[in-house]
Amino acid sequence: MTTPVPVGEVAAPSVPRLDPVAIRADFPIFERDFGGRRLAYLDSAATALKPRVVIDAVDGYNSRYSANVHRGIYTIGEEATAAYEGARTAVARFINAADRHEIVFVRNATEAINLVAYTWGRQHIHSGDTIVLTELEHHSNLVPWQLLAHERDADLEFVPIDDQGRLLQATYEALLRTKPRLVAFTHVSNGLGTINPVREMVEAAHAAGALVLVDGAQAVPHLPVDVQALGCDFYVFSGHKTLGPTGSGALWARRELLESMPPFMAGGEMIREVHLRRTEFNDVPWKFEAGTPDIAAAIGLGAAVEYLEGIGMAAVREHERELVAYALDLLPQEVPNLHLYGPLSPDERGGVVTFNLPAVHAHDVATLLDREAIAVRAGHHCTQPLHERLGEAATARASFNVYSDHEDVERLASALARVQRIFDRPTGGAA
Amino acid sequence: MDDLYRDEILEHYRHPHNFGTLTEPDVVQEGSNPLCGDRITLMLGIGEDGVIDEVAFTGRGCAISQASASMLTDEIKGKPLADLTSLSRQDILDNLGIEISPARLKCAMLSLETLRKGVGDRVAWPTLPEAQDVPA
Repeated sequence: MTTPVPVGEVAAPSVPRLDPVAIRADFPIFERDFGGRRLAYLDSAATALKPRVVIDAVDGYNSRYSANVHRGIYTIGEEATAAYEGARTAVARFINAADRHEIVFVRNATEAINLVAYTWGRQHIHSGDTIVLTELEHHSNLVPWQLLAHERDADLEFVPIDDQGRLLQATYEALLRTKPRLVAFTHVSNGLGTINPVREMVEAAHAAGALVLVDGAQAVPHLPVDVQALGCDFYVFSGHKTLGPTGSGALWARRELLESMPPFMAGGEMIREVHLRRTEFNDVPWKFEAGTPDIAAAIGLGAAVEYLEGIGMAAVREHERELVAYALDLLPQEVPNLHLYGPLSPDERGGVVTFNLPAVHAHDVATLLDREAIAVRAGHHCTQPLHERLGEAATARASFNVYSDHEDVERLASALARVQRIFDRPTGGAA
Repeated sequence: MDDLYRDEILEHYRHPHNFGTLTEPDVVQEGSNPLCGDRITLMLGIGEDGVIDEVAFTGRGCAISQASASMLTDEIKGKPLADLTSLSRQDILDNLGIEISPARLKCAMLSLETLRKGVGDRVAWPTLPEAQDVPA
């Protein structure tokens, strides 16, 4: 039983706080001068900045042991294989996979979802079958399923959101009664920050006989992820959003599921024995890693997740939760007419704040913020259906990471107030 | 940040010229910029002498795309179609009179691209490079 905290008293922090200023010293990009300013990078949901340890890991491979993996019977070949497979072990540990063979290296979350759609999907989705998705999905967790549904004459159904961008669980449960084969949804919304109740949704889907794919692109970098505790069947994420290099990412799936799936790409590496007319495939995960992989990127991803482990993902989550709370409080004070989208409670929300100024297009906002070395995303953030639901062609989005701090939020707030003043100023019919 | 969106651009954005529709247009052309969600619909009324007698547009988008459309419609009204071939990207940038970053060129050029599409079968335009290929 937990002891209630008396009103007015602050609960003892159970999670160690991280120090974003000290963390910034690990990221060389903050040494760059942007017109006398430090970069306020508020677009980590698009891609994260890279710490020195990741840059060094990539550079170390390229400069000291740049051999192919699983081939060379010589020193640097064995070093490359050990580092590449070591990265796989690090990634498996980071998301608490039961078995390192359950981690397939891919270029990004998009490739991981396509892999599942083209292999498991073509094996199991047939005419009249249903796939349940949500209105929150990034195009990468929508378009591959559209292609599969068109090819197989299958149906797509969508869980709608409420006005705060939270999935309507009653509708989800009703959709599950149609006995879908697959449910695919995002762990954390890249557009609104909504954190979905993954474990509960997985349990309900499994009870209805569906498998579940979770898009963890916005979760793995920002909160503790335990794929065994979540209980899903497929989990995907991108390395480049997880402080790792572009070209890195991972698909996790339970081992027996991976073993039952046909290969995706074919070629070298994914084979055990090849004859002119037949091939015996390699064991998982290598069955899904045809051709020379992006070895340097995978090694860099391994360094990135070890760096995040050193900070502690509970501390990362608490830091970003607190930053979102600060932004949701400060921005409307500084910019009274600001329109904010997404869950009102920071507890239900990842490090994402999506907004619009009245009568100022998000692109104009982003252009003016850039003049003050503040980088935000403007547009539909690869979630056009979500923006149709919001009734906006475009929004602006600030997203946080371990190097973000109150100063970033304060710079954003005061710059937004200046943008509003610029667009509100009288121009006296100059045209 | 104040000097980027000069008064004239804001004025065109707030009170676009030639904003609306024509009842009997000779040309109706839609254009959109899928990355930004900018969109315009351009309408032209063309006389028997090949002169653009009437021009109107509706649209939604950023200040750059909408001000650019407002200025372009001012510029082409009353002109013979044949004169349009001399319209260049540089004319659009000169109208705006501000520094346009490569990422925003598509916004600035939306109205010109839409015009080119709309009268493409009536005017022999010189080939232009894709907007994103224009060096900064």
